[in-house]
Amino acid sequence: MRSATRLVLLLGWLGYAVLPWYFVEGMALTRLGWLEGYPLGKAGSALALALSGQAPWLLPVGVALTAATAYLGSRDAARVATVLIWSGALGLLLLFAQGFAIALEGQGIPWLAALLGGSGGVQRGMGGGAFLTIFALLLLLCHGLAYRGICRGDLFTTSSIGIVILLIGLFIFYPVATILKSALVDQDGAFAPAAFIARFFDSSIWGLGCLTANVNCGVAWNTLVLAVLCGVITTLLGLACALLILRTGMPGKKVMRALTILPIITPPFVIGLALILLFGRAGVVSTFLYEWFDVPRSRWLYGLPGVLLAQVLAFAPIAFLVLIGVVQGISPALEEASQTLGAKRWQTFRTVTWPLLKPGIANAFLLGFVESMADFGNPLVLGGNFEVLSTKIFFAVVGAAYNQGQAAVLAIILLAFTLGAFWVQQRWLGGKSYTTVTGKGDSGLPTPLPRRITWLAAAAIVPWVALTFVIYLVILVGGFVKSMGRNHTPTLEHYLTGFAIDFSNGIYFQGSAWNSFFTTVKVAAISAPLTAIIGLLTAYLLTRQKFAGRGTLEFATMLSFAIPGTVLGVAYILAFNVPPIEITGTGLILVVAFVFRNMPVGVRSGIAGLSQIDKSLDEASTTLRARSFTTLWRVVLPLLRPALVSALVYSFVRSMTAVSAVIFLVSAEYNLATAYIVGRVEAGEFGLAIAYSSVLIVFMALGIGLIQLGVGERRLGRRKVVALSSSVSDPISQGAAS
Amino acid sequence: MTKAGPASVEFRNVSMRYGAVTAVDNVSFTVEAGKLVTLLGPSGCGKTTTLRMIAGLEIASEGQILIGGQDVTRLSAADRDVSMVFQSYALFPHMSVLENAAYGPTVKGLGKERAREMALEKLALVGLKGFENRYPSELSGGQQQRVAVARALVLEPQVLLFDEPLSNLDAKLRRRVREEIRELQQNLNLTVAYVTHDQEEALAVSDKIIVMSNAKIAQQGAPRALYEEPANAFVADFIGDANLIDVTVEAVADGRADVAIGPARVSLPARGLAPGPAKVAIRPESLLLLEAGGSASLPGTVRKCAYLGNHLDIMIETPVGELFVIQYGHRAMLEPGTAVNLGFAGSGVTLIPPA
Repeated sequence: MRSATRLVLLLGWLGYAVLPWYFVEGMALTRLGWLEGYPLGKAGSALALALSGQAPWLLPVGVALTAATAYLGSRDAARVATVLIWSGALGLLLLFAQGFAIALEGQGIPWLAALLGGSGGVQRGMGGGAFLTIFALLLLLCHGLAYRGICRGDLFTTSSIGIVILLIGLFIFYPVATILKSALVDQDGAFAPAAFIARFFDSSIWGLGCLTANVNCGVAWNTLVLAVLCGVITTLLGLACALLILRTGMPGKKVMRALTILPIITPPFVIGLALILLFGRAGVVSTFLYEWFDVPRSRWLYGLPGVLLAQVLAFAPIAFLVLIGVVQGISPALEEASQTLGAKRWQTFRTVTWPLLKPGIANAFLLGFVESMADFGNPLVLGGNFEVLSTKIFFAVVGAAYNQGQAAVLAIILLAFTLGAFWVQQRWLGGKSYTTVTGKGDSGLPTPLPRRITWLAAAAIVPWVALTFVIYLVILVGGFVKSMGRNHTPTLEHYLTGFAIDFSNGIYFQGSAWNSFFTTVKVAAISAPLTAIIGLLTAYLLTRQKFAGRGTLEFATMLSFAIPGTVLGVAYILAFNVPPIEITGTGLILVVAFVFRNMPVGVRSGIAGLSQIDKSLDEASTTLRARSFTTLWRVVLPLLRPALVSALVYSFVRSMTAVSAVIFLVSAEYNLATAYIVGRVEAGEFGLAIAYSSVLIVFMALGIGLIQLGVGERRLGRRKVVALSSSVSDPISQGAAS
Repeated sequence: MTKAGPASVEFRNVSMRYGAVTAVDNVSFTVEAGKLVTLLGPSGCGKTTTLRMIAGLEIASEGQILIGGQDVTRLSAADRDVSMVFQSYALFPHMSVLENAAYGPTVKGLGKERAREMALEKLALVGLKGFENRYPSELSGGQQQRVAVARALVLEPQVLLFDEPLSNLDAKLRRRVREEIRELQQNLNLTVAYVTHDQEEALAVSDKIIVMSNAKIAQQGAPRALYEEPANAFVADFIGDANLIDVTVEAVADGRADVAIGPARVSLPARGLAPGPAKVAIRPESLLLLEAGGSASLPGTVRKCAYLGNHLDIMIETPVGELFVIQYGHRAMLEPGTAVNLGFAGSGVTLIPPA
């Protein structure tokens, strides 16, 4: 048995025999009241509870650990491997079985509980001890497999694979499966497929009343129509802009670049909020039109037009980012070839440029489509009677008519839509990439656009850019006036309400926003490194290791990219509200939600970064007798630093701006900035909301600026290595993909 | 010199499959200790996969691999006493030359001073004294290659592997570096396996060449044997140029065969062939332009003639097909359409055993 395995055993015993097995509320290191009765009592260890007969069903887990410990000094590798595999696998199985079987009163799985000797038993959610034990058992299993020669006997590789699989299973697949389960049961928890079918085909979801009569259409149709419109418009705007920037002498490239950062650091609903202040019934523009031209104030903004406008403004820069890459990827040599063969400008565009652009355009459309589906903030703020799936899910969970089953059904429909789009993207576009720029020898000047395209594109993007500027102006100014649109007296009132600091007795953060602001920064700061580590580790395993089931893991990871935040939020609240994993209402669930919501970002930047590092570097390290962990630590990680930084920055920023997933998970104690702002908007306190939003935006802009400045251009030796620095270190370009 | 001394490498019926694709098919060979053996073949023939199986970067699907008599078939690269010089050199871009060279002993935990010492010794050996603090991006291609060699030598491996080490160097440098590699191998008495697709390079450096084609070994042997007695048409054509002609063996006696090459009659070593249809490989320089015809000559007409400095490349249309002829010396150019007679030199005309 290698020393690493002994350490794992030690961890296992620490979790099983020493640490509190269950989750202890109010656990603190300053006051030790929760320790009462230790090693029994509510903070008791599994060993003590099992031996004292309070929780005999925990005994088999200890037996598994004992079995592994018995072979501590054994030199018979094959024997040790077998023992480790069995004790790890059975230990995990029994641990999860008792966790799910024996839960709160009236829950759990009675027959399984009886089988495990815990009939009628009751237990709370698992805590530190239990999680440490799970971790140790998993590692024992992985080490056993490595001793068997799996992954060439590399402990680190098998362990990493095991950890990633467990985490994805526990925090992505288990919650999503819980949704499916919830959809199939009625309010009392009994299996009711009829209720499922009734809910699924409800006219409020699929009704087409708006076509024939004057009633609202089904929420599924609303969502689809909105998403398609949003996808089409954002793609057209993005394309127009990309063509203008790259193919004409249009000035303002830097400005456009800055414009693409904005949606990343802007919480999605803030655009909607600014639109209300501009075009709402009491908005600046509406008031102006009413007072000067007698145009009556109307509520046109609340509904499809408003939501669509907000989403287009929010997501068009993303389409632009995707398409600028696509346009850049078309080798000018091809167009020059076409022209030397006698094609006119327009013919060249139609027969060469356009066909090469098509896959990128489809990609941009699907991105806009999915973003619109997943968007929660704008429909919430601007939707009015126009309901979409994400808001309907929200109200089914937090509204007066709490309906878990309905929320689950709606979440399934939304998930089906986004997975469908994702599937189309993978199947149809997966292999198609027409990047024709291949490095050397691709000189040549890009063909200027045909004139009619130039005019068309300019006509489209000038209003867009202008409106975006006005909106950010409103966001920045809005917090400094009494009431945007009604009373434009300059005031600091909103900032004082939110961010006042009382210096009279030391420093006291008096403002109402501080609490949520600090929580947000804290949670984001904790989850960002975890996201980066798990994401990069997954990327490393997917790109650099060969193991059975890699394809499946890759598919599972990809799939998790397509889960909308709202669905993940509902899934978490359904799955983690009851034992064995009961973490709702804690800060932990926010961290977990952010980590797994942002994991795609980490994986993507990891894969992008790793694809720029030649595999032969890893192999060179291996042939020089380095194990995979050493290789990862000494060779891959230093070269991956830009990707690491971008993953960190981006997941931090996303955590600060996310709404959809976490709005279900916040609690009074752990409130987040975005949830707080949404609350203020719903209460009509626009001034405070907009002031808080601009604080967030400025805070993140400064943060990103500082990090970019600090990391700067990556240097290797005294020469710059361009390949590594250009795309990977740039958190902004990462935004395009997610 | 090396602590464990050079070790032999033996492949016993080794195959490598990726799904339905067979990259290496039932290959057996031996690399004797202290010898340089080249794996030669066109791209995609499985030579690099074979090399990577020696390194342990690929684990063979079937068969047995022995290094120094020990079975290492299932051992990972990190557990084998083998080092490799990569085609791209694979120098760590974030480490200096010294750090690159000291990487092996450092990760082995030999201590900083010891690692530094070992690295400096090998860097001096490849002539890179004074370059320790440079970064790979500040070195020329040839220097980078030396760093890669020094790094591979530092742990004094039982077997050293080269994967197309010269492919990133320019033509002039290539000749010099290949001689240096050969010298190093002989001075340090290393076992070296060397992959290349360049037959001239292989002929120049090897003790033994293993020619691979379509995942199989086409022929193995000393450079001279391969060139002069190719076992099949592939080897004849791949090592050096050859005109492959369908011929008839008319009679065999005393190990000599009377062969009809079109209208010409030639006596060649029989190489175990029986009378009947066969193939003959003729080196372009073994076809001679004769003044007068005869029973041992082939009439033909010049199709093309190109001047290449020290020789002429000539295409000649004959009754057995178009033949490629090289004429050394300062001959006059031949006009297309000129009638000529082709004779056969004493060497470079070989019967090929049927496949």
